[in-house]
Order: sequence, then C-alpha cells, then structure tokens
Amino acid sequence: MEQSSDKTLEFTGDGSILVFEKLCKNYQLGAVVLKALREIDLVVKKGDYLAIMGPSGSGKSTLLNIIGCLDRPTDGKYYLGGQDVSQLDDNQLSSIRGRHVGFVFQSFNLIAQLNVLENIEVPMFYQGIPEHQSAAKAKELADLVGLGDRILHRPSELSGGQQQRVAIARALANDPLIVLADEPTGNLDSQSGKDILNILDRLHEQGKTLIIITHDEAIAQHSQREIRLLDGQIQKQWYNR
Amino acid sequence: MFLYKVKRTLKLGIKSLWLHRLRSTLTALGIIFGVASVIAMLAIGEGASRDAQEQIARLGSLNIIVKTVQPPEDQRASGQQQVLQEYGLTYKDAERFRNSIPNVQVIVPIRRVAQQAWYRNRKVPIEVIGTVPWHLETSPIHLVMGRFLTIYDMDYKQDVCIIDEKIVNDLFAFDDPVGQPVKIGRDYYNVVGIVSPQPVASAASPEKQQNSPGKKQSGTNAGNIYLPLTTVKDRFGEMSIQGSSTGRRIEKVELQEIIVKVANADLVLPTRDILQTLLELSHKKADYQITVPLELLQQAKHTQAIFSIVLGSIAAISLLVGGIGIMNIMLATVSERTREIGIRRALGARKKDIIFQFLSETLLLTFAGGILGIILGSTIPFFVTHFGNMPTVITGSSLLLSFGISGAVGVAFGLYPAYRAANMDPIESLRHE
Repeated sequence: MEQSSDKTLEFTGDGSILVFEKLCKNYQLGAVVLKALREIDLVVKKGDYLAIMGPSGSGKSTLLNIIGCLDRPTDGKYYLGGQDVSQLDDNQLSSIRGRHVGFVFQSFNLIAQLNVLENIEVPMFYQGIPEHQSAAKAKELADLVGLGDRILHRPSELSGGQQQRVAIARALANDPLIVLADEPTGNLDSQSGKDILNILDRLHEQGKTLIIITHDEAIAQHSQREIRLLDGQIQKQWYNR
Repeated sequence: MFLYKVKRTLKLGIKSLWLHRLRSTLTALGIIFGVASVIAMLAIGEGASRDAQEQIARLGSLNIIVKTVQPPEDQRASGQQQVLQEYGLTYKDAERFRNSIPNVQVIVPIRRVAQQAWYRNRKVPIEVIGTVPWHLETSPIHLVMGRFLTIYDMDYKQDVCIIDEKIVNDLFAFDDPVGQPVKIGRDYYNVVGIVSPQPVASAASPEKQQNSPGKKQSGTNAGNIYLPLTTVKDRFGEMSIQGSSTGRRIEKVELQEIIVKVANADLVLPTRDILQTLLELSHKKADYQITVPLELLQQAKHTQAIFSIVLGSIAAISLLVGGIGIMNIMLATVSERTREIGIRRALGARKKDIIFQFLSETLLLTFAGGILGIILGSTIPFFVTHFGNMPTVITGSSLLLSFGISGAVGVAFGLYPAYRAANMDPIESLRHE
C-alpha cells in the first residue's frame, strides 16, 4: 500500500522512465567474482519499444531481474520513473514491481488453481485494489487480449498462446510504467507467437513502454530499438525505424 | 482495507485447501483428535473428581467419623468356636468425647442393626439406625415429610421411626406412610417422618479408599429406618449372633459409629488428633477407625490435580503430534508451490503477504480441526457416561483451552513453513520447476 498512492511518479524532464547509471552486478562464486553487468548506462523513454538481445551468459537475465526489481544492482544507480530504486529494501521493491512493472514470462507463469479472471487480478490484489474494481478491470483486460469469453477457465484449459495472452493482460493490470517480456514467444508455436507479437505491437501503438528480452532477431525486429549485450556490456544499440 | 485483505487471503486459503481436500482432511485429523482427546480427557478427569469430591463432601467436611471395626486379632481367632467378642466404640467413648474436647459442636452416636421391616404383608430388609435427634446436623439426609426424632422420643424411648424414601416405595405402595405402624423385629413403630435416602456410595467409598477391613454394612438392605438410640438399645440389645460354617459368633458392640462435628474446617485436623489420642488411651485393641472427610477431600483434590496433569499431558502430546503433522504438510506444500510463490512475489507480493497466505492456510486447518475436535470431543464424554457409567463434566474452560491450544499450534507450526516460503529468493523460485 505504501507505494500505490504515488501514481504520479515524477518523470525526469525528458520523459525518461528508466535510467541506468553505471549499473554493475557482481556475483560472488566462491572466491571468484563474476561480473555479470559492467557499468551499463541506459535510458528508456515513455513509449519506447526496446529489445534486449544477446547470447546466453551475456547478462540478459541479470539485466531483466534488475529492471524487474527482482534484484538489486551491486553498484550504480537505477531510476524507475524518477525514483532511485537501486537500494530499496525487499518490501519496497515488492511494491514497486507490483505497481510499476508488468512481467510476461517465457513459460507464462499463471497460477494453476486460479481462473483467468483471478489470475489477472493477482497484481491488483497485492496493490490493495478492492475486488469489485479489480474484477471489472480484469474483465476489461481479458477482452483486450481477446479472451473475454474464457474468463472462468483454468490455465490448464487454455492453449499456450491463450495462456500467454492472459499473462499479458495480467502484466497490464496495474497500468505499469514498463511491460517486461522475457522471451514471450519462446514456448509458443509460430502462429501463437505471431499473435502475441501483434498484441505487443498494439500495446506499443497505444503508448505502453515495452522491454523485450530475446535472442531471436525476428522478434527483435518488431521493436523500435535494439540493444545487444555481450559479456555484461552493451555491445551496440540501434533504432529499427 | 486490512480486513478486506484478510478476507481475500482467507478465501484464497480455503480455495487452495479445497483443491487438496484429502490432504487437508488428513492433516486436520491430527488436530481434530488432539483437541478431542484434550476435551474428553479433561471431561473424564473432571467428572471423576467431582464425583469423588461430591461423595466426600456428602460425608460432611466438618465431620470426623469414628467407626467400629473388627480388631484384626479377633478376626484371626474367629470361626473356631462359639466365642463372645466384645469390641468397638462405647457410650463411654461418646461421653468422653463430649467432656474432653472443647471444639466439638455436635456428637452423634449411632447404632446400626440389620433387621427386617413389615408393613401389612410386605417385607423388606432394612438397617435400623439408632440415633439422636441432632443426627441431621451431621448427615447429608434431609427431612422430606413429618418430623425427625425429638428429645422426648429419646428420653421416653418412644416407639417411633423415621423411614427413608427408598422404603416408602417398597412398603407403602398406596398409603400415606406417616402415622402407619411398621413392624421391626417383634415390635411396632409409628412412622412420624420421611427423610431423603442416604447416598449409599458415600458411606462406602471412603472406607474403600482406606482399605479398612471394615465391617460389612448389611449390603443388601433396602433402606434405613431411624429410631431413637435409646429405643434401639432396649429393644435390640447389643449382642449380635452371626452364624458361620464352623460355628456361631457372638459379638457385643455398643455403637457402630460416632460422628463428631466441629465448628470450622481449621479445627478438623487438631480435633482428629485429640480423638485419636483419647481412643488410644481407652482402647487396647485397634477396633476403631477414624475417617476425616476433609482430609479425604484434600487427598482427592490432590490426586485429581495429578490425574489431570497426566491426562492433559497425554492429550497435549497427541495435539503436538498433530501440529508436527501440519508443519510437515505445510513444508511440503510450500516446496510444491515454490513457483507460485515466485510468481506472486514477482507480481508484487511482499514477504508478509506470503507469510500471511501460508499462515492463514495453517490457521484455517487448525481452526477447522479445532471446531470439529470440539464437536467430537464433546460427544466422547457423552458416550463414556452413557456406556461406561462414568460421570463426565465438560467445562467451558476446557473448550476454550483446547481451542486456544489448537490456534497456538496453528501459529507455532505454521509460522516456520510460512517464513520459509516468504524468504525464498523470487528469482530462484521463478526458475523452480
């Protein structure tokens, strides 16, 4: 509840939503220090559609965890919506990611015992949104991803593509600052994958800020801007359009 | 807002418990039986203690009861020939008690004779109790109709009797007993009053507890008939003849019982000691036995306390086992739902949300188990009373206690699994399969 009231997080003047300043992440593996991220500088603006690419071991997952506030950087600053979130405690981070980050996972990660509607409601529940409001919103979001007629189905009764659409609806539940998708089409057949990418494109057109993490160049092509990571550093970045 | 969250978390808990109905039921069974056994054991213990205490209290907690018993050496000698045995309490003892003990309020000498009573053509075996007008002050019986004995009855050895209600039913089916003549032995006595029956168990139980070789008090009599002591002395004498296989035995006993009542509870034990000394001086043989209901009461309470602790501990152990069962299942549940925990954490659940979620599941289990256990535990004493002929008392405090314990078990054994769940690394648990 502490964080949910400050809907109007200050944006830095130029509309930057996400700012990394010399962001580092080290892992202590026994006596060896593994430098997963080395001094990354990055700015993501509102409405950006960013794809982060890179081979395995390049630091993609680490970056994803930090962007998603699941992990804290060892060094450097991370501003999300103008707020320095790099050294917040676990409680505050939980609230921030619930409020400002929408996750879309490769393996959907829906909660098996909840139906579609309830799954979409989960993030709103943790923000303390009353049931009647969250139910209405969840329904709206289910309609948005084309599952308005399946709201009472369990995830096990849905196809992979449908499950991923539920996950996207869930990611949008709290109107997050960024939607963070980790290989969103990795577990899908090509048609379902295309559908998902179309939905993401549509979200981009509606002004959502999207960050996709992938190793698939074809998917990255959908984005507006691509970043290639290698050995914990940004090797290169470019704009597609 | 908080309440709303509680409500939804509980709803969620019910949902996940319902999803694993069998598992939840089996887990709750541990608590159900634990709580039920606590309640049942306490009820049985409490019932037994109340029963014993009531019986002892009926003897009168201010009373000191001195009884005639057959001295042990006589028992050995008995059964050979026709012997005259003279033993037991005497009128002199009663006199001596009255003269030498200052604290005494009331002294009731009692003479008992086994006899048969006739009314018209009906006959019942009874016990004649020769006593004094102030008998009621030391006895649990009370007057139901008519009057009790008077000084006049005593002084002039009147042929009157007071019968107890048990005999009323046996002898006087349709007549009003008061004023009717009853034949006891060779003579007729007019019924002047009716008293409530003497609780039989009360007289017998302290004797059993003391393991005395006490004389059997005509076990099969239908009830008691109270006569003036003086009348009994005149009419029935002090001799009694008992036939046995080897010969006849003649006993001479003046009084079967002397009840001494003191003014307050503090005087009971000192007076008992004085009585003991007095009797030791005047009686060479150990032909008497002193019973102090108050002392018995204290012993019974003490025994009861130990009894309760033992029963309670046994029940508590079963509750503990139930609690461990719950913890075991919850730990399994937590590790089974690692991924769900990771998802929830990613979607904004704080550690305390996770703790709350799992704790509420445990508490739901234990409270449901507690309620079912109370229901089960309340029916067990009923069956014990009904089929086992044992008194049971379910006290409100035992219900509260066991319910409280089950709640405490829920918190104690639910906290650790919930804590484990909350402290999982969200990144790790998201990867968990």
